[in-house]
Amino acid sequence: MSQPTPPIPPEDVRSAAEVEDAKLASAQRSYSQGQLVRKRFFAHKPAVVSMAVLVFIILLSVSSIGFSGQGTGWWSKSFSATGLTVDGGRPTMFNAAFLGEHPFGQDSIGRDYFAMVMRGTQQSLLVALGVALSSTFLGVLVGALAGYFRGWIEAVLMRITDVVIVVPLLALAAVFGAYAQGLPGGTLTLALFIGLATWTGTARLVRAEILSLREKEYVAAAIAMGAHPARIILKHMLPNSIGVIVVNATFAIAAAILLETTLSYLGFGVQPPETSLGALIQDNQNAFTTRPWLFWFPGLFIIAIALSVNFIGDGLRDAIDPRQKRSGANRPGWRTAFGLLGRATAEERSGKQVSELSGGPTQMQPPAGMTDHGPDFGHDPTDEKRDS
Amino acid sequence: MPAPVLSYKDIRVSFATEFGDVDAVKGVSFEVMPGEVVAVVGESGSGKSVTSSTAMGLLPESASVQGEVLLEGRNVLKMSTAELRRLRGSDISMVFQEPMTALNPVLRVSDQLVEALQVHEVAFGGKALEKSIELLERVGIPEARTKIRQYPHQFSGGQRQRIVIAMAIACGPKVIIADEPTTALDVTVQAEILDLLRELKQELNTGILLITHNMGVVADMADRVVVMLNGEVVETGPVAKILGHPEHPYTRRLLAAMPLLREAGDPSLEREQEQERVRVTERAARETSHRAAAGMSSGAASPAPAALEAKDVALEYKFRRKATRVVHDLNFTVQPGEIMGLVGESGSGKSTVAKAVLGLLDVAEGELRVRGENMPALPSKQKKALKREIGVVFQDPAASLDPRFPIGDIITEPMVVHKEGDKDSRMARARELLDAVRLPSSVLNRYPHELSGGQRQRISIARALTLNPTLLIADEPTSALDVSVQAAVLELFSELQQHYGFACLFVSHDLAVVDSLAHKVLVMQNGRTVEQGTTDQVLRHAKESYTQQLLAAAPVPNPETQARRRTERQRLLAALG
Repeated sequence: MSQPTPPIPPEDVRSAAEVEDAKLASAQRSYSQGQLVRKRFFAHKPAVVSMAVLVFIILLSVSSIGFSGQGTGWWSKSFSATGLTVDGGRPTMFNAAFLGEHPFGQDSIGRDYFAMVMRGTQQSLLVALGVALSSTFLGVLVGALAGYFRGWIEAVLMRITDVVIVVPLLALAAVFGAYAQGLPGGTLTLALFIGLATWTGTARLVRAEILSLREKEYVAAAIAMGAHPARIILKHMLPNSIGVIVVNATFAIAAAILLETTLSYLGFGVQPPETSLGALIQDNQNAFTTRPWLFWFPGLFIIAIALSVNFIGDGLRDAIDPRQKRSGANRPGWRTAFGLLGRATAEERSGKQVSELSGGPTQMQPPAGMTDHGPDFGHDPTDEKRDS
Repeated sequence: MPAPVLSYKDIRVSFATEFGDVDAVKGVSFEVMPGEVVAVVGESGSGKSVTSSTAMGLLPESASVQGEVLLEGRNVLKMSTAELRRLRGSDISMVFQEPMTALNPVLRVSDQLVEALQVHEVAFGGKALEKSIELLERVGIPEARTKIRQYPHQFSGGQRQRIVIAMAIACGPKVIIADEPTTALDVTVQAEILDLLRELKQELNTGILLITHNMGVVADMADRVVVMLNGEVVETGPVAKILGHPEHPYTRRLLAAMPLLREAGDPSLEREQEQERVRVTERAARETSHRAAAGMSSGAASPAPAALEAKDVALEYKFRRKATRVVHDLNFTVQPGEIMGLVGESGSGKSTVAKAVLGLLDVAEGELRVRGENMPALPSKQKKALKREIGVVFQDPAASLDPRFPIGDIITEPMVVHKEGDKDSRMARARELLDAVRLPSSVLNRYPHELSGGQRQRISIARALTLNPTLLIADEPTSALDVSVQAAVLELFSELQQHYGFACLFVSHDLAVVDSLAHKVLVMQNGRTVEQGTTDQVLRHAKESYTQQLLAAAPVPNPETQARRRTERQRLLAALG
């Protein structure tokens, strides 16, 4: 105590308010939320690879046989034209020549199976997209209105939702599918109608999200300044629930592909001469033991699409919703994503001495620099409060 | 000299984040002796909680810790998970900030206390239950034998914190880490909990590591103080020295930033009273001249309407068609240019009043007049027009700004809602307001998450002032901020008030903050008015016993004064029975 206190650099003694202001003035780069989301998404390797796979599948299916499916792309065969069966319809892509005459083989009446799978992929993706669009739109509309207005509006809308939920999805989708067949517009109309049966999950999630956003002070501030409900819903609430909406829409795409498969199997989906991946599997289910490629090629495409869409959804969720984010050392690698590897602890990875994680309600403060000033808004102290 | 019961030696903690490693604690050393209270003070981000958590091994996975934490000579950081588990609760235990979440809501209190005893093999079955009842009696829960069968939600916040303390002392720990144990509690409850901790410390000879940001609590409890800033210890010493004669400039600034509840006879009061007299006479003069001018043109004398007036207001919350009345017979007037502090503890209905004025809650009975017009009864179009006259600043800086709006859009939103001005004039107004709250105009394109809590609160104030309102509603605007940031925001606030001359309803639980700002004060308890009058009348010459209790319970950052106030408070409570 007797020795004189060492001189202190001036920045140490400034009050917190001044330090913060200085930090703000010196900050070089500012990220919008959109930029942050993009940054996070592209750091999520499984999602990026899946996105590349999906884009490749889309480009392949469209460029090979064209939008009409009549061989207008670089693959000259039409999906509906029959021909002579060569070599029992066996795929030629494993032969010496590159791809060969019929890379995926031919079906029982000699149609080129590659063209058919490409056409099926186009149609399945169209269905998936249409279902995702219509179900998300309807779900968001119902959920937002019910969540914002509460009272009798909520009661009516949520009871309708309950009714739709208790009717078996397949039966409902079949009814809408059968109805859509009589309408112009083909596959897209079918997709929009299937969406009428699958919006309930989104509606419930969006309602829950809106309910929690209602309690936010910025919404209260908007109400207090006299903003119209439409403005509050469209400008404040929906943009802030975009994470839930987008992620749910992505997973709806994966589910829609499978639903379309089932409907086509039952005869309520895509109708011949049009085809889809599900319809191809259904048509050739009896050939599984004798000509397995007729089953495997569309099957592999279904798996590839569904899997990549799911990974993209994972990546979007991690990027958009920082509350569920696994960041830094905790970000999953490839093997973890496939469940091949348990989550290594930080101790194992860094070899440093680390204390044990506890799930108890610690009231710890986040470390300096991560709390308020950094762009890392996921570690906001309020988030912890919300989680507990 | 006895051996320290807990000692930290050169603790360094860093967290792995998306943007690289962040050093939260940079070489911290201090010791806790048996029966001693060591207070670690610092603002958010100082690393005070992170440091203390290392002793329990409670840091998240992304943290890496270096150094030594010795609990009676054993290094906690080198222990295995099983050893740590045996240690927690028996040798070292913790009292958390939020008693709501520290207890399991689906288990009876008896189950949770018995669990604590059985896990550490102190007692089992019926014996454990008996011991639990003793513990509850020890921490001052009345009728412990019957109440122990109840669930946590059946207790009040203060009682819940007592139960948490009972769990903490169940196995006779050598050290208790109390992490902001009273921050979530009302000031009168805080005083009781601090009394309890002090008694227990003397009785059990336990070392207490008290983590807090409140210098008043430090003065009330601590023997020694460790001041932390940005992960380093800047000053350490006995409480009288640190609070009385601080050496480090940071400590001095921290103490200077504490809002003070001034006692009668404080020299700064006279100056303020003089200003107040000038203000009142000026207003009266303005009104008479206004009246005279109005009298010349129309012949009718009409007094300028009050900015906000409540007449027999009753407010209620409706849940499943059952209404619970939370505010009864409220009457007050806020004149133009006047700040009225609305003070009360949690559950007093003070925030509910703010909500009603903002139109977020219907008025069940009575009139709520904004500039002379009964707002709840107006047709919606006029109501919207009247809302231009009301600005609002909320408590939580993290939630009061839309995270997806850039700052510029946030500030100009009221203009967009009321269809005022075009793009350029709105941006010009935003720049002007940013200037007024002393933020650079470059933040226009930034997002709320890039700003700190204090900066966000200043943005909130700027947004509230966009349309030049005559009335500002401030609902605990600084209670989520650090003291030095709070001081800066309060200073700015009163400057802006003088410049723009808005009237203000300032809701707060902190009497010292209200004292530094308000012209008038209204004290509420359980939805009813206890006392109202000028700040001086209410805070220095309180008539009602409740106000006196409130005033007595607020701790001041001076150990000697605080000790005197503590005995005064105990005398007051004894006198009241």
